[in-house]
Amino acid sequence: MSIAVDIRDAVKSYGPVTALHGVSLAIADNEFFTLLGPSGCGKTTLLRLIAGFETITSGEIRLFGQDIARLEPNHRPVNTVFQNYALFPHLTVLENVAFGLKMQGVDAATRHARAGKMLEMVHLSQFADRMPAQLSGGQQQRVALARALAPAPKVLLLDEPLSALDLKLRQAMRVELKQLQEDTGITFVFVTHDQEEALTMSDRIAVMSNGRVQQTGTARDIYEAPVNRFVADFIGETNLLQVDVDSVSEGRATLTLPGGHRITCPSASTTTGKHHLSIRPERLTISPEADLTATVDRVVYLGTDLQVIAHLEGGQPITLRLQNAARTTPPDPGQRIGLHLEEGAARLLAD
Amino acid sequence: MKGVRYYPGFLPLTILCLVVLYAPLAVVAVYSFNGSASITEWGGFSLRWYTDVFTGPEAVRFGQAAWNSLTIALIAATTATVIATAAALAMLRAGPFRGRQASFALINLPLMVPEIVIAVATLIFFSTIGLTTGYLTILLAHITFCIPFAYLPIAARLEGVEGTYEQAARDLYATRAQAFRLILLPLLMPGVISGWLLAFIISLDDFIITNFVKGAGMETLPTAIFGSVKQGIKPNIMAISTLMLLVSVLFVTAAYLINRKGRQAPATPGKTT
Repeated sequence: MSIAVDIRDAVKSYGPVTALHGVSLAIADNEFFTLLGPSGCGKTTLLRLIAGFETITSGEIRLFGQDIARLEPNHRPVNTVFQNYALFPHLTVLENVAFGLKMQGVDAATRHARAGKMLEMVHLSQFADRMPAQLSGGQQQRVALARALAPAPKVLLLDEPLSALDLKLRQAMRVELKQLQEDTGITFVFVTHDQEEALTMSDRIAVMSNGRVQQTGTARDIYEAPVNRFVADFIGETNLLQVDVDSVSEGRATLTLPGGHRITCPSASTTTGKHHLSIRPERLTISPEADLTATVDRVVYLGTDLQVIAHLEGGQPITLRLQNAARTTPPDPGQRIGLHLEEGAARLLAD
Repeated sequence: MKGVRYYPGFLPLTILCLVVLYAPLAVVAVYSFNGSASITEWGGFSLRWYTDVFTGPEAVRFGQAAWNSLTIALIAATTATVIATAAALAMLRAGPFRGRQASFALINLPLMVPEIVIAVATLIFFSTIGLTTGYLTILLAHITFCIPFAYLPIAARLEGVEGTYEQAARDLYATRAQAFRLILLPLLMPGVISGWLLAFIISLDDFIITNFVKGAGMETLPTAIFGSVKQGIKPNIMAISTLMLLVSVLFVTAAYLINRKGRQAPATPGKTT
């Protein structure tokens, strides 16, 4: 598989402020790739560097082997779907979609035919002659997609395109976006702060914070095998327990849990001493074969799940999720429970 | 809470203000249709003073002055609008630069400086650099003081146009020039037009600066009217004044309507194929 976007040691500084500290990423052709992180992590800056709206301070950006880092945006074969869509308000929907082709010098008949096809693809053919302001938010979103896809870019960049939509529409658009990416075969680079969005659509995800890529991998990789505290904490819910690591070898650590029980588990750390252990709440079970002993503080009813909030001896908080099945009997507040760690439920993190 | 309109004395005060502001204008407008040669006694409705303006003994002088005023206003407003648009782009789209605050003050200073000071200074400046006063000096002075009037509505409009439109155009393979011409300029147009209209009216109406820099024998409509009034007010002056008032009202109304339309719907329909 060839590399669509190859970013090497990308640095972006604004005067004394550095937004990106040497980011390197290889995004494969025909991949749905997501840049995920909290606001201010540098994900949008990285996207704007690929689009050409910002100039790179140092480093390389290659698009199918061609160095594009210093090209003007109009010379880069990538198109962007903007967060606020940025549809040209004085042009009709069809003219908006045909704009890129017009700028490329495609004749009127050809570009209108192609724009019409793109509108068909996003189910908006009947709105071709409307002005953007006459469309709903979801429809504007689809026009923005059609407009960015019409010139057949080598890579499509999407800057939090779903954030302005309401929940139901957002969920529907996730499926539609993924479908669109598979149908067109175009590489999508998607920026979001919404982990659920990232997990549901992406082939691979790069988790970013503080201008650095923390971890790159599939949804399963980053959820089940987070490399550090930030990733474990940012993706989903997790318990972070302070533990003493006795020994580490070949990616597994032997450690002492609060309460004295010793276990071995997969490890992202290579050093002994105090570290954080990540345990997903849904991978803990109440069992007499206890690895940990906790006292229940509260049970929260969440519909599909029950959330049990408890604390260990020594005071560290711990949360578990029980499926709300017919046979589940929730523990009572104040009750002491034994918690069992399934194999693979716990993972030692590098700090 | 009651609105201001329920305060005691609201109605009389409002009427007083309106009368003070508009009664003189109304008197001039009404008496321009006076049949008699008196400016105080009503001699029945007549259009004779309007006929006098166009065919009377002073018609040639007023005609020439009106022509000067019109061409100066057209050229000055257009030039000032171009400069003001460039200035607004530099102030709002060029990013932060040294002296941005100072530039903003410089652009708008002519609005604050007393006109008589500008008039005297401009005259001294022209004579220092050895420029003979006449049509050209009036034009240069008008372009200068029209810039801030054109700038304000254009900058206000530009502030409301998000930068992502230009970025989207550039992303879709438009050059800088195309992004400006096809996307930003159409979005900016309501501001540009109302800026131009405002500049046009300001130029057409100007008296003080014009009077200083016009030189002998060169007249614009306001200086010609002032010249005639010095020899006593005749009703034909009222007719001219009423005509000028009409032009001003038309232009200001147009500027207002265009601005309001632009604000209501940034999506003004237009075809670019």
